[in-house]
Order: sequence, then structure tokens, then C-alpha cells
Amino acid sequence: MTVTVGRPPRTRAVQRWALLGVAAAAWWALYTVNLPVWNWLIGDVVGLDLGTRLGSGVHFFFYDTVKIVLLLGGIIFVVTVLRSFMSVERTRALLGGRREGVGNVLAAGLGVVTPFCSCSAVPAFIGFVASGVPLGVTMSFLIASPLVNEVAIALLLGLFGVGPTALYVGAGLVIATVAGFIVGRLKMERFVEAFVYETRLRGKVLDADTTLTWEDRIRMGLEEVSSILRRIWPYLLIGIGLGAAIHGWAPTDFFAKYAGADNPFGVLLAVVAGIPLYSNAAGVLPLVEALHDKGLPMGTLLAFMMATVALSLPEMILLRRVLKPRLIATFVVITGLGIIAVGYLFNAVL
Amino acid sequence: MNIKILGSGCANCVNLERAAREAVAGLGIEATFEKVTDYAEIASYDVLRTPGLVVDGQLVLSGRVPTARQVSELLAPLVG
Repeated sequence: MTVTVGRPPRTRAVQRWALLGVAAAAWWALYTVNLPVWNWLIGDVVGLDLGTRLGSGVHFFFYDTVKIVLLLGGIIFVVTVLRSFMSVERTRALLGGRREGVGNVLAAGLGVVTPFCSCSAVPAFIGFVASGVPLGVTMSFLIASPLVNEVAIALLLGLFGVGPTALYVGAGLVIATVAGFIVGRLKMERFVEAFVYETRLRGKVLDADTTLTWEDRIRMGLEEVSSILRRIWPYLLIGIGLGAAIHGWAPTDFFAKYAGADNPFGVLLAVVAGIPLYSNAAGVLPLVEALHDKGLPMGTLLAFMMATVALSLPEMILLRRVLKPRLIATFVVITGLGIIAVGYLFNAVL
Repeated sequence: MNIKILGSGCANCVNLERAAREAVAGLGIEATFEKVTDYAEIASYDVLRTPGLVVDGQLVLSGRVPTARQVSELLAPLVG
């Protein structure tokens, strides 16, 4: 129903793709010159020695801020446009009537590709459970969705490369599948607030994406980039600031001594520290990057990051509307144990 | 016309309401606006992803923030 004004549709389409091409080239150029520009600005123009604590800390801060904002912008845009072909409604239809086991695997996978934000966790939970998707399968979806999210994937790819990113995504999927499966096996339906099962769904189901044009998808991508950046910039700056401080000032063996590969409690400590820390991947990853430079093992760091993004207090308070404390506690303990296991596994094999 | 904005109060709901009000003004129609923040009621419209837009008891859009023009296109056929 889009009304084209002025130019014929063909010209508009060509124009749109040409514009996207130019934007992609500009993105790549900025990403490439980021390091030399800050080397030159901080090193030559301001005149700080990049080998000193102050110099390397300041350089880390500016270089990392630009790099992370570019990565986030680029990847969130691409992911949002791709995800606009998927919808929560379609995911639910795919999960309806699935048996546990297969259903959990599918739910975890769909949790990654379905466009979703935690602000919709409660209505989605009710909509899934009330329409007959098993509780454990629903939980697999709700665990995977924040755990393996586009911000985490974007930053891991940019900062650590394909290997650790693949490990993270794989581990996240396994944790979500298994934790949801266990919740289902424990038959905890009576710890769901009663009104959820009493909710009568009325009206036709709308599938959000059937009427979208490319223009809509691109607009949604741009809006998502701006809304995520506006929401996370304080976390990002604090994270990069802490990262810069650690980078420049913390003694090299300080963290390695307390949470290094030799400490058998390292992963446990990291997970326990990560749960109350309310942040998102954007705030945690600069920290993770700096700690990695200081010699902390990857398993411990990924466990720390998973605990921070998958188990957060605000999310639990939100879920309290539909889940009784016993079920929330079970969910936290099982997911937490899964994360700890993954941390030790990675430390052992990497 | 009765228009309900479904959502728990995040930025998306505010933006949706703005687009809807703009569309109503543009079409020159009479409409009452209502905000629905209760999760049980939101869910009863089978909204899986907020925000949702309900016109005269019928869900017409959910899961994204449309432009004012898109809301006009949704509302125009419903003006009776």
C-alpha cells in the first residue's frame, strides 16, 4: 500500500541500494582508519607516549569507543534487517505442539534469530504458554534470547574473532536448551502465576512482517541502531572507561593472580560477580577485552559475560509478574550452573 | 473510534502513541486514546511483542513502531 511519490519505483530502488552501498563503504573506511588516526592524534598531536600508562589508557578509551560504536551500528543494522523476515508470532507457530527435547533445541535456536527485546518477555511468555507451548520450551526461548544477542555477537566478533564467537553462541544454545529442558522435566507448571493459564487469547493473530517493504526494513534497522545506542551508551562509556583504567593502570598479574587459570574457583567467582552486575554486552565486553589482555582465560571471561547478560535482577523482577519465586530461583540456579560448567570446559580445552 | 496503545511503558509505546495521534489528526477523525499497561490485558489481545495498537477492540498492529502515514493507512478503512 506504499504510495510512491514523484519518482518511479525502479529509480527509488536503485537509489536505495546505491545509498546503502555508499554507507557500507564509508563504514569500512572509518573502521580501517580508526587505529592510525588515534595513533597519530594521541601520539603525535597531543604528544603522549603510547607506551606509558596514561598514553595507552587514553588511546584505548578513544580507539575502543569508536571501534565499538562502529561495530554495534553496522551489525545491529544488518541483524535487524535480516530479523525483520522473522517474527515472534511465526516462532510461536513453529513451537506449538512440539515435544520437549526437539522443542527445546528449536526454541533456543529461534531465540537467537527472532526479533525480540526483554521488555516483551512477559507478554511473550503469556502468549506462548497460554497457546499451549510447553513451559520448558518457552523457557529455552526466553534464556537464549538475551544470552545470544546481536550486541554480544557483534562485539565478540570484532574484539576476539570468529573462534570465541562461535564458542559463545554454541555454548549459549546448549545452556538454553538444557536449562529449559530441565525446567520442563521438573514439572513446575504450578509455579507459574495462575492468571497465565486463565488468559483467553482473542482475535486474529497478526504477523508483523507480511506487509513490510524494503523501505520499512531499512527504516527499522536504522531506528534499532539509534534506540540501542541511546539506551546503552552510559554502560558502554563506563565499560570502556573501566577497561581503559585496567588497560593502563592495573598491574599485569593482578587479575591473573586472583582469577587466572590456576585458580580453581576463578569461573565460580566470575559468575557470582556477574549476576548482580546489571549491564549488557556493550558494557561488559570492553571490560572483558581489557581483562583478556591482562591474561585472564577466555572461559572465565565468557562465563562472566554470560552471567551478566543472562541473569540480571531487572529481568527477574519482570519475570516475577508471571513466575513464582521458586521457579525463578530454579531458572537462575540451573542457568548459573550451566554457565559455570561452560566456563570450566572452555578453560580446559582452550 | 477507540484506540488502545498496548505496552508496559517503554519508549516504543510513547512513539507509537505519537504516530497514532498524528495520524488521527491528519485524518480529521474523532478518537479516544487509552493506554493499556496491564500484562494480562495486553496478553489477552495476543500481542507477543509490544507495542500493540488496538482499534475498536481489534488488534491491528504489533511488534513495531510504524510511521504516522502507516497508521493512517491502517485507520482509513476503519473509519465508519
